Amino acid sequence: MNFDLTPDQKLLESTVASFVKKESPVTRFRALREDPIGWSKSLWKTMAELGWIGLAFPESVGGLGGSFVDVAILLEQFGAGLLPEPYVASVLSAGTAILRAGSAEQHEAFLAPLLAGDTSLALAWAERGGRYDPTWVETTATKKGDDYVLQGEKIFVQNGHAADVIVVSARTSGAPGDSDGISLFVLPRETEGLRITPVKTMDGQMAAMIKLERAIVPGASRLGPEGAAAPVLDEIMDLGAAAACAEGLGVMRAALAMTVDYLKTREQFGVKIGTFQALQHRAVDMFVRTELAKSTSILASIKVSDPDPAERRFAVSAAKVELAICGRYVSQQAIQLHGGIGITDEHDIGLYFKRMHVLNALFGDEEHHLARFAAQPAF
Amino acid sequence: MDLSFTPEQIAFRDEVRAWIREAMPPRIREKAAVDGHFEHDEIMEWHRILAAKGWVAPHWPAEWGGAGLDVTRRFILNEELELAGAPALSPFGLVMVGPLILQYGSDAQRKRFLPKIVAGEEVWCQGYSEPNAGSDLASLKLSAEPDGKGNYVLNGQKTWTTYAQYADWIFVLARTDKTAKKQSGISFFLVDMKTPGVTARPTLTIAGTPAFCDTFFENVVVPAENLVGPLHGGWTLAKALLGHERTYIAAVGLSTRVLRRVKRIAAATKERGVPLLEIPAWRSRIARLEIELLALKMTNYRAIASAELGHAPGPESSILKIRGSEINQQCYELAMDLMGHDALSWHNEPGIIPENEASVPPQFNYARAASIYGGSNEIQKNVIAKAILGLPS
Repeated sequence: MNFDLTPDQKLLESTVASFVKKESPVTRFRALREDPIGWSKSLWKTMAELGWIGLAFPESVGGLGGSFVDVAILLEQFGAGLLPEPYVASVLSAGTAILRAGSAEQHEAFLAPLLAGDTSLALAWAERGGRYDPTWVETTATKKGDDYVLQGEKIFVQNGHAADVIVVSARTSGAPGDSDGISLFVLPRETEGLRITPVKTMDGQMAAMIKLERAIVPGASRLGPEGAAAPVLDEIMDLGAAAACAEGLGVMRAALAMTVDYLKTREQFGVKIGTFQALQHRAVDMFVRTELAKSTSILASIKVSDPDPAERRFAVSAAKVELAICGRYVSQQAIQLHGGIGITDEHDIGLYFKRMHVLNALFGDEEHHLARFAAQPAF
Repeated sequence: MDLSFTPEQIAFRDEVRAWIREAMPPRIREKAAVDGHFEHDEIMEWHRILAAKGWVAPHWPAEWGGAGLDVTRRFILNEELELAGAPALSPFGLVMVGPLILQYGSDAQRKRFLPKIVAGEEVWCQGYSEPNAGSDLASLKLSAEPDGKGNYVLNGQKTWTTYAQYADWIFVLARTDKTAKKQSGISFFLVDMKTPGVTARPTLTIAGTPAFCDTFFENVVVPAENLVGPLHGGWTLAKALLGHERTYIAAVGLSTRVLRRVKRIAAATKERGVPLLEIPAWRSRIARLEIELLALKMTNYRAIASAELGHAPGPESSILKIRGSEINQQCYELAMDLMGHDALSWHNEPGIIPENEASVPPQFNYARAASIYGGSNEIQKNVIAKAILGLPS
């Protein structure tokens, strides 16, 4: 066993940490809350130039062939700085869908501009009736000649408001909940019948509600064989959940550090409030929770690439549950220990609280992953 | 990063597993199968079997009977013993006073005491807490005064002296200087329990068994050669114990075993004909605890891997005692809840409730001690608040 980062990984960690500190202080995110895109295309381009967008893509498509552990190093720092660029939506969600299911032509058409930082992507999978189950697809894709006609609705599509290209899951056969019969299609955002309504999310970021109103797409826009996309979506759910664990760890560490700092400076009753044992123990409980979430985040980062899907699900669902338990505690107590100032929009701690809550919901909440964990053979 | 054990470590685990199966006497095996309560003579029998194999003091140097195992193998050995339900050995000689004698004792003390600890020929107990010195250990009052003839005379009382009723020796912290600042006037003595004036009076615990004692000292004469470390230097020894190996303090193997039991009980216990394990609310509760245990186990692995690479204990190691005790308690609590009416049973004859459930109620009670002994979890938090978070006093 070895939990140490390699020298290269340590270098990556310090590079991304100072990048976030310099290029993306929380004040930048505050300003972007008012922006219709909510993130910066020039920063996205810089991230591509640094090799971060292509970090975990194989060299065959122009990536660096890194591991998810490398990606987790980035995401943890992104979390600590509340960096809003659409890394998970573009790279891990839609990017993985195209990589796994797409042809060489599709890789060239959609991944090359992504890796260059010229485009961003989104994956539209969630539907109102399915909560966190990606096989609950009511959206239909009906064959018409060489084309498909897409009809349905997708909700809270991450980066759907800004993506140049949107990957959509739709049912080519079967009923909602069936694993078989789900297909993926790549839609340029200008596609006729693709209606994108930008929405705000609680954490100050943006997403989109998407309607497919008889959107006609050519057969060539389908990714992979018809009806066989469920395993890819299942893997993407795990990638997203593992990403939330890594980003959430960064959120927790930042919230803990801010809170401990506050306890060391704030005075009441003539003393620093950090001298009070009740508050010290609360801070220690936050620390304990952060360490536990770190442990399971590491587990998820490694197991998310396990070739056995059952092993992958078991570890990632466990980590997502632990993230929920720990993230909820740390972010809620961070507000509590800040007192009244923690309730103001002016103070940053509330931004971390919100982001933590969103991360807990994305890619499956605690109850979803508890049930999923308990459904694996290893339970 | 690499979360897996090496092939050699896995081979060692298999070797330990096979050996335990082979070496465990039938009587102990039967009790282990239902997680029954081990009597003192059974614990010592198992101690001697482990000693014969060379595995009783794995963390000691080989010349004193240690196993010459690295950190990871020591962890694996301990985990396998816990997973097998083997009797938990008394830690007072092997884990506490032995390492202190190794570190601070004289050559004569090492030769006199260590071989008998390893062989299981002398049983030890710990004399730290007093009726008015619990978490505030340094306020202890047991006095040790020189008699002018090369001895010290001890007067006072120790409490929570676990297994003092079986012990041949006790190590005590005693006050040798009443005028000094409270931590500075304490010394560390080894006392023969047969010395006139030593009386151990067992106390029934909430588990319904007499695990610990009140131990009284009335003009107990202790030769000066039984002082360990410098006179008035006992507090250093008391603190050193906290710095010793804590990589298996989380008792992950033990909680894993209890959780397996929890699942067996959940599968066997039915409500309206449906096993509780199939009922989503129960299933979620079991899953949540298993995940919390997994988080602890991964944290424990982080601590071992770090120790194996020779790093100083990192922040992750500081949480093992707190989480280990909490999770152990939650495992027993869940077992109790699953048992329903059976959980009401208290030390009844065999056959009243299923055999593998019978020890749960006392163990549920005794598990409350886990967050108190060895420095209560609140004391642990005081230490983390200052040492790791840097919060002010």
